[in-house]
Amino acid sequence: MTPAPIVIDVDRLTRRYGAKIVVDQLTLQVPQSAVFGFLGPNGSGKTTLIRMMCGVLRPSSGRARVLDCDVVADPERVKRSIGYMSQKFSLYADLSVEENMDFYGRIYDVPRARLRQRKRELLDLVGMHEFQRQLAGTLSGGWKQRLALACALIHEPRMLFLDEPTAGIDPVARRDLWDLLFELSGRGVTLFVTTHYMDEAERCTHVGYIYLGRLIVCGRPEELKQMPEITPAGTRREELRCTQPSAALPKLRGLPGVRDVTLFGDALHLLIDDSLTEKALLEHLHGVCAHASVQPMDPSLEDVFVTLSRREAARDHAA
Amino acid sequence: MNGFLAILLKECSHIRRQPSTLFFTFLIPIFEMLIFGYAIDTSVEHTPTIVFDACRSRESREMIDALANSRSFRIVGEAMTHHEYEHAVISGEAKVAVAIPPDFSQRLLAQREAPIQVLIDGSDSQVATAALHSSVLLGLNQSIARAKVYAEAQQAAVARDPAGRAALPIDIRPRLLYNPDLESAHFFVPGLIGIIMQVVTLFLTSLAIVREREAGTLEQLFVTPVGRLGLMLGKLVPYAALGFFETLVVLTVMVFVFQVPIRGDLLLLLPLSILFLLTALGMGLLISTIAHTQLEALQFAFMIMLPSFLLSGFVFPRESMPEPIYWLGFAIPVTYFLEILRGIILRAADFNDLVPHVRGLVICCVVVISLSVSRFRKQLD
Repeated sequence: MTPAPIVIDVDRLTRRYGAKIVVDQLTLQVPQSAVFGFLGPNGSGKTTLIRMMCGVLRPSSGRARVLDCDVVADPERVKRSIGYMSQKFSLYADLSVEENMDFYGRIYDVPRARLRQRKRELLDLVGMHEFQRQLAGTLSGGWKQRLALACALIHEPRMLFLDEPTAGIDPVARRDLWDLLFELSGRGVTLFVTTHYMDEAERCTHVGYIYLGRLIVCGRPEELKQMPEITPAGTRREELRCTQPSAALPKLRGLPGVRDVTLFGDALHLLIDDSLTEKALLEHLHGVCAHASVQPMDPSLEDVFVTLSRREAARDHAA
Repeated sequence: MNGFLAILLKECSHIRRQPSTLFFTFLIPIFEMLIFGYAIDTSVEHTPTIVFDACRSRESREMIDALANSRSFRIVGEAMTHHEYEHAVISGEAKVAVAIPPDFSQRLLAQREAPIQVLIDGSDSQVATAALHSSVLLGLNQSIARAKVYAEAQQAAVARDPAGRAALPIDIRPRLLYNPDLESAHFFVPGLIGIIMQVVTLFLTSLAIVREREAGTLEQLFVTPVGRLGLMLGKLVPYAALGFFETLVVLTVMVFVFQVPIRGDLLLLLPLSILFLLTALGMGLLISTIAHTQLEALQFAFMIMLPSFLLSGFVFPRESMPEPIYWLGFAIPVTYFLEILRGIILRAADFNDLVPHVRGLVICCVVVISLSVSRFRKQLD
C-alpha cells in the first residue's frame, strides 16, 4: 500500500504580533484522509495557525502548502478546495438555514441544479430537514454547529478546518458531530480539528500538541504513547483502584519512588519507579483506603501531553 | 467580481429582515426635512423688548410705536423704574431694553441731540446682531424723517425726487433674486439633500461591513473564493441604490411639499448626485476598514458628519469662517455638492458654471475611493 499523499505541508511557519511570537517555526505534515487533532492550551496559537493555512492571515515567515497550493504566495487558489468552521458561530443569524446554505453555494459558484442536490444531501447528513426555514440565530448550539458544518461542506471541499467545533455543545451533539466527521474522513476528506477534549483527541488518526506557539509533539496516538520520554527507563505506569482515591492521593504524593499521581474518576494513574513493588505500594496505603488493587496500564494521550508540556515549561524556566 | 451576486442577494435579505434599516433610510430624512424646512428660521424677528419711557411725551410714544411696528422687536412690557428696566435683561424676560430719557422731547424741540439707550443681550450673537442693526436703522430713519421736515421748512434739500419732494441723495434699490420671499426652506432644503444622502450611505455601508467583522462572518467570507471587488461592490450597491432612491424621494418632497422648484436641469443634477453618492459610499468603506466594532464605526461616522454639517456651508456661511477653517471646508466632499445642489436647484446653473465644484468633488471621490479600496483587504490583521 502506497502511503497517503501529504495534503498539508507546513515548514517553519512563524507569525508574530509585534514582539509576541504566536506561532514559532512550526513544521507539520498531514496525510490525506487523516483526522488530525490539534491540541494545546488557550492562546497557544491554534487559531492563528489555522488562519494562516486558510490563507486569511499572512505568516511572518515560513512556508505552507495546502492541497499543493502555496497559501503564502497565492492565498486565493486554495480557497475553492477547503472548508472552514471557525470557533465562533459565524453564519448569518437573520437568514434561514436554507438561505445560509444558498448563500455559500452561490459564493462557491455551485451550479443551481447541483446546489439543490447538495443541499438535500447535506440536510440529510446533518439531519436538519425540518429546520430548513428556521432563522439560523434561533437554533440551539448543537444545531448551529451542524449548520455551520453543512455550509462549510456545500462546495465539497477536500480539506476541512474546524476550530473547536465542539466547544460549548452538549455531549450527545458532540458525539454526533464526531460521527459526521468520521463519515467525511471515510469519503477521503482530510480534517484538521482543534479541540480541548482528550476523548476527541483519542479518536483522531493523528494528533499534534502546541505549547506557546511551538509544536512539541506530533504523530499517531499509539506511537506517542510509546515514546520513551513518556515512560522513562526504570519507571512504569500503574492504575490503582480503591474505595477512596482522593484520600490516597496526598498519601501517595509523598511516597519515595512515586513520580506522578493523577486522579481519574475512581482510579489513580501512577508513574512509579520500577524499584517500587506493587506490594510495597499497597502496604503503604493500608488503613487509608480499602479494597485497593493495582494493575499495569498504558499512558493516555493526556499523560503524553501533560508530561511533555511540563518538560517544556521546565526547559523554558531553565532558559 | 466573483461572488458579487451572492453578496448582493444576501444583503437584500438582511435589509428585508431588518426593517429598522428602511426606517432609518426613509423616515429619518423626512423628519430632518420637516425640522429644517419648517421649524428652523434663521431670520431673526420679534425679539422680546421692554421699554422704559421716562419722558411720556408725544415724541416718545411715536418712537415706541415705530419700534413696535418694525417687526424686529416685540414689546413684552413696560418698565416703571430704572431698576426694572435693567433687571428685565438680566432675568431674560427681554433680550432688548430701550430707555427714553425724561428730557427726550425737550431736547428734540430744542434741536439738541436726544440720546436713547438700548441694552442688548449679546449672549446670542445672531439675535444681538439683528437687534443692533435694527435699532441703529430705526434711529437713522427717525432722524432722516425729522431732517426732511426740517429741510422742507428751510426750503432746502440735499436731493429731491421727481415730484419735487425732499429725498435721500443716494437711493439703494435692492432686488432679491431666486428667493424673493427670503424663505429659509429655499436655502436649507436643497442642502439637506446632500446631508441626508451622506448620512444614510455613510452609516449604512460602514455598519453593514463592520457588523460582519464583529459577528465573525467576514472571516468566514475571507476563507471563501469571493473576490475583493465582488465583496465590496456586493456590499455597496444595495446601499447605493437605497441612497439614490432616497434622493428621488427627498427631491419630490422638496418640490411638492416645500414648493422649492428645481430651476436647473434635473438630468445634470442626477449624475452629479451619483458622483457624490460614490464618494459617500467610499467614506463608509474607509470607515469599515478602520473600525473593528459597530460602536467604533458609529463614532467615526459622527466624526465625519459633524464637520460636514457645520463647516460645509450647510448651516453657516463659509465666507465668514476664519481662514484655516474656510480652507478645511474644501476637504469635505459635501461642501462641493452643496454648491452644486444650490446652484442647479435655486439658480439654474449649468455645467460650465459648476466646473470648479464638480472638479473638487471628482478629486474627493477619486481620493476617497482609491484610499478605501487599497485599504480593503481580504485578510485579517
